[in-house]
Amino acid sequence: MLNFLWGGMILLAIVVAVFTGNMAALTNAAIDSAREAIMLCITMLGVLSMWTGLMTVAQKAGLISALSRRSKPLLRYLFPALGRNHPAHEPIATNFIANILGLGWAATPSGLKAMEILQKDNPEPNTATPTMRMFMVINMSSLQLVTISVVAYRAQYGSANPSEIIGPGLIITIVTTIFAVAFCKALERFGK
Amino acid sequence: MNWMIFLSNLIVPLTFAGILLYAISKKMPVYDHFVIGAKDGFSTVLQIAPTIIGLMVAVGMLRASGALDLLSMAIKPVAEPLGYPSEAVPLTLMRLVSSSAATGLLLDLFESYGPDSFLGRFISIMMSCTETVFYTMSIYFMYIKVTKTRHTLTGALLANLVGIITALWLTNYLYG
Repeated sequence: MLNFLWGGMILLAIVVAVFTGNMAALTNAAIDSAREAIMLCITMLGVLSMWTGLMTVAQKAGLISALSRRSKPLLRYLFPALGRNHPAHEPIATNFIANILGLGWAATPSGLKAMEILQKDNPEPNTATPTMRMFMVINMSSLQLVTISVVAYRAQYGSANPSEIIGPGLIITIVTTIFAVAFCKALERFGK
Repeated sequence: MNWMIFLSNLIVPLTFAGILLYAISKKMPVYDHFVIGAKDGFSTVLQIAPTIIGLMVAVGMLRASGALDLLSMAIKPVAEPLGYPSEAVPLTLMRLVSSSAATGLLLDLFESYGPDSFLGRFISIMMSCTETVFYTMSIYFMYIKVTKTRHTLTGALLANLVGIITALWLTNYLYG
């Protein structure tokens, strides 16, 4: 996917430059962008290391498993078909919490595991169950509370207050997640 | 408006305080774990550095060639009546496909318009409340070989659309 995208972007740039007469600017743009990418990585080295360090403290202290144990009532509401106790509850909770904390690397393995367990009870293996749909739509509605990378990018480009977007981002994340739940609940009600 | 900035300023310190208090109450060696995790973050950035170089070069060339401006101009007649900043359209679409390619476009917009411009603030907020829907869909459903997803894609795209519209509205409300 990225192979076509990346190659396509550069070839498109060269073709367009032929028509717009910006060919001379292309070389500079390529060199400047490569240099700028490394400047950015230096900022990211600091900010992201700080954040993953903090999140590792949370993970090692057992915060993720403690939170997932407490999320049972919510899981029962979201996934009534799974009953009171289901082996899929744990990876689903871990996936949600890892996503909320912005731990992408911890979210994907538990998410795939949840899907694998859900697939075992699936009467039609080529069709998603309502439980899978609810799980996936919530997962893709954006759960992350703090998008630290965007804050780091803003700092790198000289923002006066890089973190000012955290609050609005958080509120909208809550809105989209509520929408995701409502959408799937509505589909279930109308038997789709 | 002030409470929003207050909230933004509070979240990171609160996250620190919450995690540290919890970990200390469990008698964890917090600094040792921090250093181990920071090392992971460090190597993650080093690993993605070549990706960032590649994508920033591609986006930089697209910008210099005038292709991004042409694209914005082509989208303008559709985006403008809807009140949507046409410069943000390529980024919005890319966001659903690839996180790293979207980052390249985001940084290009930061460079051209500044992160504290209306557009800069809007795209910052929009990036924080959207997901790589197409990428996630294909990974998860391909893994268990489900082909009929029964409106999962519709739901995810609508949730992201709600996020994008709310982001635009909130940016207008806070900074417009």
